Amino acid sequence: MAAPAPAPAPLLRVVAECARSRARAGELRLPHGAVPCPVFMPVGTRGTAKGVTAAQLDALGCRICLGNTYHLGTRPGPELVQRAGGLHGFMDWPHNLLTDSGGFQMVSLVALSEVTEEGVRFRSPYGDEELLLSPEKSMEIQNALGADIVMQLDDVVSSTTTGPRVEEAMRRSVRWLDRCIAANRHPERQHLFAIIQGGLDPALRTKCLEEMTRRDVPGFAIGGLSGGEEKAQFWRMVKLSTERLPRDKPRYLMGVGYATDLVVCVALGCDMFDCVFPTRTARFGSALVPWGSLQLKNKQFAKDFRPIDEDCGCPTCQGYSRAYLHALLRSDTAALHHLTVHNIAYQLQLMRSVRESILAQRFPQFVRDFMRTMYGSRDKYPAWAVEALASVRIPLD
Amino acid sequence: MPDTVLYCSLQDPVAPCPSGYNTNKTVSLWGNSGRMEMTPSKFMDIQRAIKPDWFQCISDGDTVSGEVSRKRAKKSVDRSLSFLDVCLQLLEKSPELQGSVMIGAIEGGDILEERLRSARETAKRPVGGFLLDGFQGRAIAKETKLKLIASVTAELPEDKPRIIHGIGKPDEVLECIERGVDIFESFFPFQVTERGCALSFSYDYHPNPEAAVLKQNGVQDPEKNNAEKDQDGISRADPEITPFEIFLKDKRYQDDFGPLLEGCTCYCCQRHTRAYVHHLLVTNELLAGVLLMMHNFQHYFSFFSAIRDALRHNKLDQLKKLIFTQALQGPTNAKPGQKSQWHGSPHHATP
Repeated sequence: MAAPAPAPAPLLRVVAECARSRARAGELRLPHGAVPCPVFMPVGTRGTAKGVTAAQLDALGCRICLGNTYHLGTRPGPELVQRAGGLHGFMDWPHNLLTDSGGFQMVSLVALSEVTEEGVRFRSPYGDEELLLSPEKSMEIQNALGADIVMQLDDVVSSTTTGPRVEEAMRRSVRWLDRCIAANRHPERQHLFAIIQGGLDPALRTKCLEEMTRRDVPGFAIGGLSGGEEKAQFWRMVKLSTERLPRDKPRYLMGVGYATDLVVCVALGCDMFDCVFPTRTARFGSALVPWGSLQLKNKQFAKDFRPIDEDCGCPTCQGYSRAYLHALLRSDTAALHHLTVHNIAYQLQLMRSVRESILAQRFPQFVRDFMRTMYGSRDKYPAWAVEALASVRIPLD
Repeated sequence: MPDTVLYCSLQDPVAPCPSGYNTNKTVSLWGNSGRMEMTPSKFMDIQRAIKPDWFQCISDGDTVSGEVSRKRAKKSVDRSLSFLDVCLQLLEKSPELQGSVMIGAIEGGDILEERLRSARETAKRPVGGFLLDGFQGRAIAKETKLKLIASVTAELPEDKPRIIHGIGKPDEVLECIERGVDIFESFFPFQVTERGCALSFSYDYHPNPEAAVLKQNGVQDPEKNNAEKDQDGISRADPEITPFEIFLKDKRYQDDFGPLLEGCTCYCCQRHTRAYVHHLLVTNELLAGVLLMMHNFQHYFSFFSAIRDALRHNKLDQLKKLIFTQALQGPTNAKPGQKSQWHGSPHHATP
């Protein structure tokens, strides 16, 4: 009988853990290089992070970003991307990539989509044929794109959905996980993550966690949250999930991106995050800063010659003033690029600071300083954040 | 941008100005908040704040839309000279502008006498250089335009720069240089970018022994290659597209994994492919414009470098021949993936 294949080296190396909360600092050992975590992954949708070049993203310190399978799978299509050398070659991105399954976009973007046991059936917006995105098809596309981390196709329901549909989706996601595992052609270099579902129901989520952790996948994502549910329920589901996920595998909380949410969810035990928020808000003229955000289109910035953030080392803050950006916003899309660069820099720097504080065993103090800077005074702290942090032994008084 | 020379023109070359708003005392400018009526005094106030290295003196250049009467052409000269004199006086009294150079605008529409008068009179003033204004757009017929430009520069001192606005196509640039113009704007590569195109014309006028060998071995002459209308899809796209560029949104580039232009060392050509830029254009990604602009600027500026080189070595005629051939038939490397006759080895996509 042939000897079993050696288990692949674990993706996550935990370097430090916070003595009080569930936060941990580590390193993801991925095919295109090591990625320090906790990590925020900018979203590159169609193979580009909204006007920012690969060189700029690299210079900002980004070592992993996201591509959207739905968008790339339809245009230009997986065959073409494969011929271009995979998504890495197509984008000329030397570091890591993560692709989602394509399921989420389909359900949210495509008017006529129908979920069956086979997969998600929909009508392409670029033509009239009916297409089926099955677990096998999703893996086929993701294999062609060649990302370092690939996501299972899950049956996504909105976090505000209630009733039997939630359980149906959870159970189907488990079955689809098995199909994805079987269909992944390159497990040694494309790491498939499971996505925990179950909505806001603790029993369902627990059931999902039990089932999915039985499968030998390299990492887990916490899905079905950050979709408009109450924050009080949101954090509880995140905590419930991290409590039941293995310590030595990465935990990816999908769709989370506001600064406060990132800090709290690191405290709750998450390692990886993605969100369109920083890049999207940049395109509306909003610059992220440690004390909130600056709406640079506002008149108050017309004569403000300071940089967005005096302590920020990004090219935008090193070269341009608020006044300049304010003026430029009124006439030129170039301003949006500057803001996108800054906002990505802000998010990456935030995670860097979080990580440093965990390594130095002063994460709870970091959290307290962060909250004070962001909200000013204790009475302005959002209640859900205070509760969530208290639950992992970080009091905010 | 502390290391560059900053030149402040009166109007945006890319945005056409409505006609009929200038008076004997004012010139109208258009910005984000609509029309601004400007007197010489207000104009100098603004220049004092900007402190440019060079600036075009406020002038009446409203002779570019449609038919211009002799009377109107004369007015443009009279007004501009009057503005110039007022501004020169104000300049003397402006310590902030002691490091700034005033560029005198030569007006006169398409009337030769007025152009000559404007040139002679402006040349009498202590300006640092000259702007040949009013040659933008299609108001003046090509032959007349070139004659006027030559006549104007003949009246100007040799040791002061001559700037022209609104001329950007490579063939037209060369025609103006032959007639004494020194400085051009780069709105042309910007417009090329805006329409999703990449400059692809060759300015490498050195006779290429390889081409001769290939010809001997029966490879089709590139000039003949492109004589066919292989630009059929392109004519639908944008009537402004010139033979000096390729329209990357065209389906033919969908799986073309070569660089935008063989041999180009710009960021885009070093790292990306035609297929990628095509994809970005099709999906309306902002990055398309970013990458195209980098390529188009680099290409255009390298073209000017080649012009200076040709002038130094007395080879302008060769360069002219090369450019004018392409003006008639389209660039030699418009076909996808084809090894260019003028440059080196094919680009390989990263495996």
